[in-house]
Amino acid sequence: MAKHYSSFKRGNWRWFVQRITAVFLIGALAFHFVTLHFVNHAANISFAGTQARMSEIGYFSLMVTFLVAGAFHGVNGVYNGLVNAGLSGRPKKIVAGILIVATLLLIGQGLRVAVAMSTLF
Amino acid sequence: MAQSYDRGTVESFGRWREFQAGMWAWILHKLTGWILVGYLFTHIAVLSTAIGVDPGTTAAGMDTYTQTLQGLEELLIVRFLEIGLLAVAVFHILNGIRLLFVDLGLGLDVQDTSFYASLVLTALITLSSLPTFLGGVL
Repeated sequence: MAKHYSSFKRGNWRWFVQRITAVFLIGALAFHFVTLHFVNHAANISFAGTQARMSEIGYFSLMVTFLVAGAFHGVNGVYNGLVNAGLSGRPKKIVAGILIVATLLLIGQGLRVAVAMSTLF
Repeated sequence: MAQSYDRGTVESFGRWREFQAGMWAWILHKLTGWILVGYLFTHIAVLSTAIGVDPGTTAAGMDTYTQTLQGLEELLIVRFLEIGLLAVAVFHILNGIRLLFVDLGLGLDVQDTSFYASLVLTALITLSSLPTFLGGVL
């Protein structure tokens, strides 16, 4: 068995960002679940309540960061999984392009939703 | 100097009876990750009902967003799906913490034990959340 194991490869910025977003998401995802299922029960969620939360700059910024970090971490994870399963060459470039567009659309729509929920703008 | 482990490309899932804890952890982390990213797209789609809400209807909770979310919450199947989502998220978080330690080279000798601990903790947290998730529909 190797003395030290790491999946790190020098120069791979996605490896690093995947770990940074992971650390952030551990806290953000747990906070999101606790806030919207245990503190405020999902069955009682209303637009008025959502708007009140999303109109606080701290909560709004956290949710937007959560969206961007979650979208990157999730889609990059899918891409890594596909590459690990043997995706290479031209199909790899096509899949990468599709995933980048899907991520940008997801973040774009998420930002529209966030702005619609808030009175900050 | 760090050594990297090349696990090859396509895994031989036909050997699943021979898989050890680390391999199961790897498979479950991938599976839960796929579910979570799939849910993220669905989640934003459902929350998109907040766009263009009529301000005159929000105080009474008669707007599209409130009606959609509360309508979904009245369905028993949705409550069970939420419990499943919690289990998936909790396992991904706990095993993710385990993976961060592995990448730091910490706790390698107990990587199998920490995987089992992730499973047990996920089960305990999920079971203890049942009353919260099923309140009002059962």
